[in-house]
Amino acid sequence: MAKSKAAIKPVEELSYEEALAELEGIVESLENEQSPLEESMKLFERGQALVTHCGVLLESAQLKVQKLVGESVVDFEEESE
Amino acid sequence: MQSTLFSSIHLTVSQVTFHIRKQLENDPTLQDVWVEGEISNLSRPASGHVYFTLKDKNASLRCVMWKTDAARLRLNVLDGNSIEAHGKITVYEPQGQYQLIVNLIQPKGEGALYQEYLRLKALLEAEGLFDVERKRPIPQLPRVIGIITSATGAALHDMLNTLRRRLPLVRVIIAASPVQGVEAPPALVKALESLNKQDPDVILFARGGGSIEDLWAFNDERVVRAVAESHVPIICGVGHETDFTLCDFSADLRAPTPTAAAELATPITIQDLGSDLLNARARLSSLTLNMVTEKEVFVSSLMSRLKYISPDRRIQSEYQHIDELFRRALSAVTHRIQLRSSHVNGISKSLLSLSPEGVLSRGYAIITRKDDGTVVSKVSQARGEMKVRVSDGEFETIANRGPNKPT
Repeated sequence: MAKSKAAIKPVEELSYEEALAELEGIVESLENEQSPLEESMKLFERGQALVTHCGVLLESAQLKVQKLVGESVVDFEEESE
Repeated sequence: MQSTLFSSIHLTVSQVTFHIRKQLENDPTLQDVWVEGEISNLSRPASGHVYFTLKDKNASLRCVMWKTDAARLRLNVLDGNSIEAHGKITVYEPQGQYQLIVNLIQPKGEGALYQEYLRLKALLEAEGLFDVERKRPIPQLPRVIGIITSATGAALHDMLNTLRRRLPLVRVIIAASPVQGVEAPPALVKALESLNKQDPDVILFARGGGSIEDLWAFNDERVVRAVAESHVPIICGVGHETDFTLCDFSADLRAPTPTAAAELATPITIQDLGSDLLNARARLSSLTLNMVTEKEVFVSSLMSRLKYISPDRRIQSEYQHIDELFRRALSAVTHRIQLRSSHVNGISKSLLSLSPEGVLSRGYAIITRKDDGTVVSKVSQARGEMKVRVSDGEFETIANRGPNKPT
């Protein structure tokens, strides 16, 4: 818990992986720890926000395709067949 | 060189081709020859003729077997078979191609390429390059996927479409490289090095199907070693199901096709993530609900315990005591009031006996004058009509002159 407190970022700024990891942490700590009710409710609210955020990210996900040119990475244009 | 223009020989294409044909067909070595090689690009069109290419490491030769000879074939020829073909060299003039007209085919054991493949495989295997312990796990949920393949092949499209369908959350970095020909091995090694520097979570090393020669770059020792040395886990998807290249063995995971490689790189799909998310949401709600219910139950049990030991009970018993006292006080007071009231009754009786009515019952009467209501207590007062009131009512009378009346 101390870890997630230290690293508290607005939910909207989290990548899918970060949000998912935090969400898993929250569910686990709610399952295993006897934290004060108020803190639990805060965790729950954060968890809900994370769920919503993850959902939005999944909905809007679009494969990002790049290519290597020499040592640099540039966007890749797929030719349509 | 100036003489070129004025060279004495001028020929048409047909004439040159015919000339070459004559040269070849007059060479006894080429007219009765066994040629050893590996079959590829085998095709048997409806005509019944059989077309294929014989190859070895450095060259290839177009071959045709006419229908009548092909019908006598006892050997079931397949791409990749190493054979010896007997026949004669001719020129197919419309395409300016020389070719071997095959009349006989016999097996040649394992082809030379295959021998080379086996030699290298044994060597690298002995070195431990293919050991299971060397295999690194493929990440379950990659964020960045590297792809090494030809920029133009269908394999790339297949892989990108598969990734787009399964896990569009990922970023893809393509390191394009030729995948066949002499330039392929060093280019593939270079692509592996460059892509490793980008540190993707996994690399798809892929090529679509082709003959054994087409796939040969993936049996090149330099490439096989570079795959083993990559610090990023590699999924190798070269050719079709039945093609095993040495890169398949030195990679961390073998996929039967490029599409399968893209699938193996994304064991968790976006659909899985969606349902995981729904589960997490349900778990979260039920957890919190349980927690709140638990607390509520606890609180209500505390409440009942608290009630049991609370001053409420004292207060109630105090109330009872007070009630009792009040009841007693009330009855005492009532008793006293009753006593008083019976006393009052007695008094009122004696009072009653003193009232005029009481006297009447003893035979006295009250007489009043009707005209002015004056009580007649003296003879002088008696005159005219009068009312006489006795104990049970009254009647009227008229005063006569009586002897006692003073005049």
